[in-house]
Amino acid sequence: MAIRLSDYQEIVGEDVVQELYVLADRVRNRRLQNINSTAVGGGVAEILTRMVPLLRELGVDATWDVIKGDQSFFNVTKAFHNALHGKNEEITDEMLGVFRANTEMNLRDVNFTGDVILVHDPQPAGLIQRRTEIGRRWIWRCHIDVSAPDPRVWNFLKPYVGQYDAAIFSMPDFAQELSIPQYMVAPSIDPLSDKNKELDAGYITQVLERYGLDPERPIVTQISRFDRLKDPVGVIAAYRMVKKRYDCQLVLAGGGAPDDPEGEQVLREVRERAEGDPDIHVLLLPPFSDLKINALVRGSTVVLQKSIKEGFGLTVSEALWKHKPVIGGAVGGIKLQIINGITGFLVHSPEGAARRLMQLLGDRQLCQRLGENGYQHVKQNFLVTRHVKDYMLVMLALDHPDEDVVNLT
Amino acid sequence: MNHTEPFVFYTERRLVALTGLRARNLTELLGFLRGGPGSSIFYHTHHMYLSHHFETPMFSNDFALWVSEALQEEEMGEKLAAIDLLSFTSVRQLREAIISTIESDLAENGRRLRECPPGDEFHFCRSKSFMMPTGLVARDPNEFFALLPRVSNVSLFFHFFEARLRLERPTNDFSQWLAWRGEERLAKAVDELDPYIMTLDELRNRIIDLGKGRGAGGHGNPS
Repeated sequence: MAIRLSDYQEIVGEDVVQELYVLADRVRNRRLQNINSTAVGGGVAEILTRMVPLLRELGVDATWDVIKGDQSFFNVTKAFHNALHGKNEEITDEMLGVFRANTEMNLRDVNFTGDVILVHDPQPAGLIQRRTEIGRRWIWRCHIDVSAPDPRVWNFLKPYVGQYDAAIFSMPDFAQELSIPQYMVAPSIDPLSDKNKELDAGYITQVLERYGLDPERPIVTQISRFDRLKDPVGVIAAYRMVKKRYDCQLVLAGGGAPDDPEGEQVLREVRERAEGDPDIHVLLLPPFSDLKINALVRGSTVVLQKSIKEGFGLTVSEALWKHKPVIGGAVGGIKLQIINGITGFLVHSPEGAARRLMQLLGDRQLCQRLGENGYQHVKQNFLVTRHVKDYMLVMLALDHPDEDVVNLT
Repeated sequence: MNHTEPFVFYTERRLVALTGLRARNLTELLGFLRGGPGSSIFYHTHHMYLSHHFETPMFSNDFALWVSEALQEEEMGEKLAAIDLLSFTSVRQLREAIISTIESDLAENGRRLRECPPGDEFHFCRSKSFMMPTGLVARDPNEFFALLPRVSNVSLFFHFFEARLRLERPTNDFSQWLAWRGEERLAKAVDELDPYIMTLDELRNRIIDLGKGRGAGGHGNPS
């Protein structure tokens, strides 16, 4: 059954949904055309799947088109993606040529129907070339961490980006020196998705037991890919320091990518470190395990996200939404989600994580207080309803690019 | 708004605009404070009051927090946190106070300027506000106090913080309107509340307490 705005009303409150209708009155019937590079898989497709119907229910004529591309194009854009994240990638002239040729093909194929055209990420960024011919309002929405981009790729994209009416980034650290207005729209979680919805207590226990966990003893969990930047080895080190004093079980759970040789290597290393301790559970979860991940988090006492580098790290909001105390690495978007000491704890080392973990395992009231604050923080700032609101505000901002205070009476 | 008009409760929706500019040390911070837009000064000194309604954080402005944590200049951080925002009626005055706090601390305690660790730079943002009526309208003070429990935190924020500093009104909107309606005593009492040391929920309750004993009324639909 399709999810409707009224389903969110029970969660976020009547006032929040009413507010969306008030704003929608100002952008009603405008055509908002989203363009990205994939219909399924990945965070962008996930959020558009939910947002487009919600915007339509509000009266915004939202649509969604997907550009075409062959394997060579997506190999190039994957390399762009890594390079924008600051990873060392070889970018050749031939690769730039593949990007341009694919853009040309899509310029011919895409039917530009929007009054406002919202282009997501670098893959379709070159479509802006059509602007001189058809006009309209164009927004470039960057979902990736470009805080320290490879200059070669960024300088290639920048002339495209500079032609848009506005750009949107996920956090202040990702903003660039551009001559167009830039706005911050943080990503969001969907409280009604399988990963976040309320679960039956019986199901949670069943999942915990299926993975060999004892629901009666404290469980400390990190959900993330097996990637060095998520520091799973540091998590095990922190757990070992804590284990000397506090009884607990550790869960490291995440999906694997069969084409990622480094991921396999990290997983091997993690398994080696975990060897001999039956209380460390390393779980390689298959795709579509959202309900199980939800249950593992809900069954946890404390959740960790001890990343060394992080784009945004929405796993933090996913845990906070479930009232869990979270210890996170003080990097990237984790710093927006965890207000240190209020909605969780920020740490810089395995020792720091261990210290906070001991504090939390020994103080149930502290867990409750941080968990409740964290839930409120996510409710106000990181749910899909806020994301919808921000997109409508950006549409309005296009009408008033130079005003700091806009009177909508 | 003139002396006989009803009180129209406004609210605001805000978008965070990014400047793409960042500071790594106090020199760069001062440079931006001198030349950056007022909407950026307002944003970095006020956004926390809206986003953390459940607890009052130790540092309620971004400048104090960053100077203290990223630059490890705790003493200066405390001085910046102690700036009395209520004593200003314009962002220009507030800007000057922040600049002079940093400059005098540097002059008093001459020292080598520190750089923040990579990744901890100060990123300058601005707030872009969209103001609109809530649909709540009070024709007289009785109705005004009766409607207050239905007024959202954002609406309170608008009439208390935004109207006074950004729109440069001499006091908060509530006090100004109450005074026009002959309620000088109440207007003064509301004006004396310090919104910077309490959460917005507490602020609303304090105003409601001040108005207790009045009759009920009011019309309009919240939106």
